[in-house]
Amino acid sequence: MSRTRLVFSGSGGQGVVTAAILLAEAAVLRENLFAVQTQSYGAAARGGATRADVIISESKINYPMVNQPNILVCLTQEAYNKYAPIIRPGGLLLVDTHYVKIERKVEARQRELPMFDTVMEKIGRAVVFNICMLGTLIGLTGLVKPESILAVLQERLPNELIEINRQAFQSGWELAQASTRSPQSR
Amino acid sequence: MPSNEPELVRFIQGNEACVEGALYAGLEFFAGYPITPSSEIMEHLARRLPRRGGKFIQMEDEIASMCAIIGASLTGRKVLTATSGPGFSLMQEALGYAVMAEIPCVIVNVQRGGPSTGLPTQISQGDVNQARWGTHGDHAIIALTASNHQDVFAMTVEAFNMAESYRTPVVLLFDEVVGHMRERMVLPQPGRIALVERLRTSVPEGVDYHPYLPREDGRLPMSDFGGVHRYNVTGLYHDMWGFPSDNPKVVHGLIRHLVDKIENNVDAIARYKSYYLDDARTVLVSYGATARSALHVVESQRRKGQKFGLLELQTLWPFPYDIVGEACGRAKQVLVVEMNLGHICAEVKKALNNPRNVFLINRIDGVFISPTDIRQALRLIDGRGV
Amino acid sequence: MAIDKYLRERFFPHMWCAGCGHGTVLNALVRAIETMGMSRNEIVMVSGIGCSSRITGYVDVHTLHTLHGRALAFATGVKLSKPELNVIVPMGDGDALAIGGNHFIHAARRNIAITALVMNNRIYGMTGGQYSPLSGCEVLAATAPYTTIDPSFDVVALSVAAGATFVARCTTYHVKEMIDILRQAILHEGFSVVEILSPCPTYFGRSNKLGDAAEMLRGFKEDTVPVGSAAKQKNPELIERGIFVQKEKPEYCAAYEKIMQKARSAAGETI
Repeated sequence: MSRTRLVFSGSGGQGVVTAAILLAEAAVLRENLFAVQTQSYGAAARGGATRADVIISESKINYPMVNQPNILVCLTQEAYNKYAPIIRPGGLLLVDTHYVKIERKVEARQRELPMFDTVMEKIGRAVVFNICMLGTLIGLTGLVKPESILAVLQERLPNELIEINRQAFQSGWELAQASTRSPQSR
Repeated sequence: MPSNEPELVRFIQGNEACVEGALYAGLEFFAGYPITPSSEIMEHLARRLPRRGGKFIQMEDEIASMCAIIGASLTGRKVLTATSGPGFSLMQEALGYAVMAEIPCVIVNVQRGGPSTGLPTQISQGDVNQARWGTHGDHAIIALTASNHQDVFAMTVEAFNMAESYRTPVVLLFDEVVGHMRERMVLPQPGRIALVERLRTSVPEGVDYHPYLPREDGRLPMSDFGGVHRYNVTGLYHDMWGFPSDNPKVVHGLIRHLVDKIENNVDAIARYKSYYLDDARTVLVSYGATARSALHVVESQRRKGQKFGLLELQTLWPFPYDIVGEACGRAKQVLVVEMNLGHICAEVKKALNNPRNVFLINRIDGVFISPTDIRQALRLIDGRGV
Repeated sequence: MAIDKYLRERFFPHMWCAGCGHGTVLNALVRAIETMGMSRNEIVMVSGIGCSSRITGYVDVHTLHTLHGRALAFATGVKLSKPELNVIVPMGDGDALAIGGNHFIHAARRNIAITALVMNNRIYGMTGGQYSPLSGCEVLAATAPYTTIDPSFDVVALSVAAGATFVARCTTYHVKEMIDILRQAILHEGFSVVEILSPCPTYFGRSNKLGDAAEMLRGFKEDTVPVGSAAKQKNPELIERGIFVQKEKPEYCAAYEKIMQKARSAAGETI
C-alpha cells in the first residue's frame, strides 16, 4: 500500500496552496488515486510561514493530516526553519536556493535547486514559481505523470496563462532531471 | 429518471460538497453572512444560485439571514443558511421560531473553537449541545453530521428531505476539518438520490385550510404565501389556523406535536455507519472529522487482531439511544471520540446499562485529534500509562 | 363597505386600548389597499412584536407575525423570493428602530420594494410603558422615573440617509392624508417608509400628563404642519407632515434579475 505525505511550505502569496491543490487534483481526477489536501488558514495564509499538506495514496485515506512528511518543500527560510525538523527520516527535502540556506543536515535526501532563479531567467514572472516547483517535484519523484498536472492546469487556467505555466512546469522538470544526473549531497 | 451517464468525480472542499448537495436537493434561496470557516459555502452559492434562477443574498448579520430564509421558505422555496459558532448563536431565536411555526429550512454550522470568537480557523465539535438546546424552551430538533465529502453531500440532501418531511429546521453540524479539507467526491446523477418535495395542500380555494392540522400520517401540507389560502404564521402558541392561542389544550397539544413528530421518528431519522461491530469488544463511537481518526485506529487494531469496532453517528439529534445501545451493549468498553468535553459521551452513557464502561477521548485545544492521541488515551484507559 | 373583506372580523373587537391610534392606522391601511383594488392573495403583511405588530392578525391577507425587531429581515426573504408579492411591514418605534434598527437601515440601503410603517407612539406599550428610541429627552417612562436623557431618532432623516426612496410622515389625526400617503407608499417601486404618529394615552400620555386620547390627537393637529409650510420657519418646534422624498432608484429585486441574467451569460466560463 503506497502512501506519500507531502508538506509544501513558504510564505503567503507564493502559491504553495495552489500547487498542493493541483497535485492532489491531478492524482484524483487524472490517475484515479486517493488524495486529501489541507492547509493553514487565517493570518498565516496571507504572510508568514504558510503550509499546505497533501496525502496521495492507492487506498482510502482516513486521517487527513500530515505529521511527518515523506516530502517537504520549503520556499522560504522561515518555512525551512519551522518545518525542516518534522521531515520523516529518509524523506525528501526540496528547497529553493534563492530563498533558503540550509543550515544543518537533516536525515533526508536534500535537494537545493535554483527554481526561483530559473523561473526568473527563463520566464521572468515570479507568479509561476510554484508551478516550476511542482515540475521539479514531479521530475524528482514521479508522484504523478507530468501530463496529469498539465491537464489540470489546462482545465483551470484561462487560455492566455496556459503557455507560461507549461513552460514553468517544463523548466522545473528539466532542473530535476539535470540534478539527478549529478546527485548532490545525501 | 436516473441517467446512465458516468458520474462526475470532483476534488473539492467539504464546504463545496455541501453546496453540491444543497443544489442537488433543489436549493432555491440562500441568505447568509460571512464567517470562517463556513464562508466558502456562501461564496460558491453566490456564483451558482443566480445561474439557475435561485436567489442569493448577503444579509446584515446572521439574525437577518435566518429570518430571511424563513420568509423565503414560506413562499414555497427550499432554503439554506450557513454559518459558524458565533453566527449560530445569533440564529438561535429565529431557529426557535422555525421550530414553532414549522418552517422547513436547513442551517449549516461549520464548527470552530468556542466559546465566543474562540478559534476561528481551528476545529472543534463544541456546538453539539447548542444545536440541541440552543434556542429556548422545550423542543425537538434534527441535527446531522458527516466525516467525509461523499457523506457531506448525502447528509445535505437528507437534511433538505427531512426538513420537508417533518416541517422543521434541520441543522448540519460540520466541522472546520471537513469543511476546509479537499478530497474526492462523486457527484451522483440527478435522480440517483430520492428527493422529498414540499407537500402542498390539495384543499381548493374557498374551502377552509388548516396550516397547522397534521394529517393522519403526521405531515402538515403547506400553502405558499401568494397562494389562495391566507393564514397566519406566528411564534406564539397557535391554533390550527395559525392564530395565537393560550388555551391550555391548544398549548399542550402543540408542544407535544412539535416534540413527538421528531422523537417518535428516531429510527427513521437515524443515520449511522457501522465498522467491524459484530464481534467488537472495544467500540469507538465518533462522528464528523474525528470519526476518520477513530476509523484509522480501529482498522490498525484489527490488523493486529484486536477486536475493535466503530459506530459512526451521522444523526446526532434526535439521539438514537436504541441503536447506540444495540451497537455498544456487548462491548467490554466504549470509547467516545469527540472534540469537546463530552457532549455525545453523555448521551452514550444514557444509552447503556453500564455507563462506567464509557470513556471520553477528546482534544479541546484546536488541534485535530490524531490516531496517536487516541492510542495514548487507550493506553491510559487500559491502565498502561502513557 | 368593501373594506370589510380585508378584515378578519372574527377577531374583533381588537386588543388595543381605548384611545390607541393603532386602530386608526388599521382603518387607513385597509382603505388604502381597497382603493388600489389589490387581491388579498398578493399581499403579505409581516410584523414583529409589540402592540403595533398585532395589526397583522386583523387583516385578511397572508400574515407573518415574527420576532421582535426582525420583521424586515423576514420580509426581505419573502420579497426577494417572490418579488411579485406586495409586502407591507407595520412596526412599532421600538421594534423598528431599537432592536430592529440594523435591519431597518439595511432594508432601506438595499431599496427593496417593501412598505415599512413606523407606528410611533414613543413608548413600549406591550411591556408596560418603557421608553423607546423615539421617546426623546425629558420624558417620563417606566424605565425613566427621573426622565429620559436619550435623544430620539428623526425617522425621516434616518430613512433618507439610509437610502429609502419614499419617506413620509403622517398622524392618526390626519386620516385622509394617511390613506393617500399609504397608497403612494405601497405603490412605490422601492423601499418606502411612513412614520405615523400614533397616540398611546395609556402609557405615554398618562405618565407625561398629556391628557386623554382626544387631547393627544389635538396635539397632533396643533404641533404638526404640512412639509415646507411657512409656519415651520417661524416655529422650528413644529413637526412636518407629508412626503419628504419620492424618487426612483434601482429596486433590489429588479437589480437581482439583472444579476441572474449576467450569471447565466457568464456560465460556462468556469464550473
